[in-house]
Amino acid sequence: MTAVETPAATAAPAPVGRARVFLAVLRRDLYVTGRELPVFLAQVILQPLFLLLVFGRVLTDLGFTRPGYTEVLFPGIVAMTAVLTALQSTAFPLVIDFSFTKEIEDRLLAPMPVGMVGLEKIVFAAMRAVAAAVVMFPVGVLVLGSIPWRASGVPLLATILVLGSVVGAALGLILGTAVPVNRINVIFALILTPLLFTGASQYPWTSLDQLRWFQVVTACNPLTYVSEGMRAALEPTVPHIQPWISVLVLATCLVVFTAVGIRLFLRRAID
Amino acid sequence: MDRERDTGIGSTPAVEVRDLVKRYPKSPVNAVDGVSFAVRRGEVFGLLGPNGAGKTTTVGILTTRVKPTSGVARVGGVDVAADPVAARRLVAVVPQRNNLDRSLSIRQNLLFHAAYHGVPAPERARRAAELLTEFGLADRADDKPDMFSGGQAQRVMVARALMHNPVVLFLDEPTTGLDPAARLFVWDRVADLKARDVTIVLTTHDMDEAATLADRVGIMDHGRLLALDTPAALTRGLPGRTTLEVAVALNGAPAEDLLAELAALHGVERVEPVAAPEELRARLYVAGDAPLMVAPVAGLVAEHKAELTEVGIGTPSLEDVFIQLTGRALR
Repeated sequence: MTAVETPAATAAPAPVGRARVFLAVLRRDLYVTGRELPVFLAQVILQPLFLLLVFGRVLTDLGFTRPGYTEVLFPGIVAMTAVLTALQSTAFPLVIDFSFTKEIEDRLLAPMPVGMVGLEKIVFAAMRAVAAAVVMFPVGVLVLGSIPWRASGVPLLATILVLGSVVGAALGLILGTAVPVNRINVIFALILTPLLFTGASQYPWTSLDQLRWFQVVTACNPLTYVSEGMRAALEPTVPHIQPWISVLVLATCLVVFTAVGIRLFLRRAID
Repeated sequence: MDRERDTGIGSTPAVEVRDLVKRYPKSPVNAVDGVSFAVRRGEVFGLLGPNGAGKTTTVGILTTRVKPTSGVARVGGVDVAADPVAARRLVAVVPQRNNLDRSLSIRQNLLFHAAYHGVPAPERARRAAELLTEFGLADRADDKPDMFSGGQAQRVMVARALMHNPVVLFLDEPTTGLDPAARLFVWDRVADLKARDVTIVLTTHDMDEAATLADRVGIMDHGRLLALDTPAALTRGLPGRTTLEVAVALNGAPAEDLLAELAALHGVERVEPVAAPEELRARLYVAGDAPLMVAPVAGLVAEHKAELTEVGIGTPSLEDVFIQLTGRALR
């Protein structure tokens, strides 16, 4: 009350580190997810669980797919889980936030560059995606009995998983900030379903040689490189795209999608 | 709460706006059109005007949510366009719409807000406890905002805004849509904050609110600041010390003739018709005692075979100032 300071000092309270603000915003998201952990897990596990059950177990047991198919399918399902979880973790909340609840406003007014709020969304969504992908391993063991696994593949697995998760999250940031709320159903139906089935999750990309046009289509889906990278890490006996190509493509996607996503986020956040 | 940042007289203005212009893309007109004003530290400053006057956009610029097209906007000496991050440390906003975090309890809304602003954990908890008590929210601190009424949500948002000890608090239409009790509560809180030397900028289209709360009022319309002064000085500037508001059932008499003759009455300085479809409604600004004018006005109306249905006596309000400046009523 009584302190007298110079005008310069009055204008600037002790600057808060941007990293600290960023972590506080991230902590909020982790806290909310942590409290709703069972819901989160059910949300991310159910779809891959049923895919594994029907395609990996039921069809194999009935003799419609060859026994080796689980080696192809499981890495693909892990990839799909990561990318889709990441995408949905940014896209849906942002559409709702910007168009309806406006909850994000309080964070947009935090003392850090607004772009970092968008970046936090990507980081958080990627963390959710990695968690979901990791959970798929015990789920896979449970459903399939055994899953492809190679300790020496872990570094590549981790690299692909993180890259794929961030790419998915950045793609979600683009959708979440570019799609108007009244279009959300249409756009997500038009984007999610094709993304799900052209991502080489249920088939190895190299085996599409006989189906050239589809091979070209799948080559345009970043999920393909996550699926192929996962196969290279977990089950290299399945023919796959060279890991360095997958890593390179994903790294490029990461940079481009993140840059575009943050730009769109800024456009949405500031009038 | 400590207000160690206040230095009183001689320091930079809490808010300074110069030739501020905002034109939204695809809009043919400027939402804010060359506005200039300054707000002293500890002052309660009101921006009064109808919807679409540019008040919210002005606040949006000052709180870094809207980029100015041209001009300068400073908060606590910090240029908000050049250094939005520094500006965000100094401002707090209570928006028109409830934007509380619905995933968090009331207490957590306060705690996380302070965390976003880098307030250390022990201080966060202490301030949250203080503010929750002060705002009568202590017993509901662990409820989710979903269950709160508009007035309660408003309280929570004011409490949240104070968590990081801002230099300037922006209240955007703080009582629009609130019931009278909730409105009075907000008014009391603003008075408390003023007593604590918090600088407040509030927007409103309610002239009573502006006159009651604000030390100075800026009247805005179509993006321009039309007048700026204390409420008393603004109304003092009006011709006529008192007003007489009359409603007349015309019964076929021509309104223009009656208005002209009312204006010509001795002691009447000016007559302003107020929009009313069914009847003639006019405000007479009189030089002397308004009650003394009732008889001559009634006589005149009777001469026109019309009927005086309502008479009101008042001193000029900010609404009258607005009518004088723009030629139309505030709402």
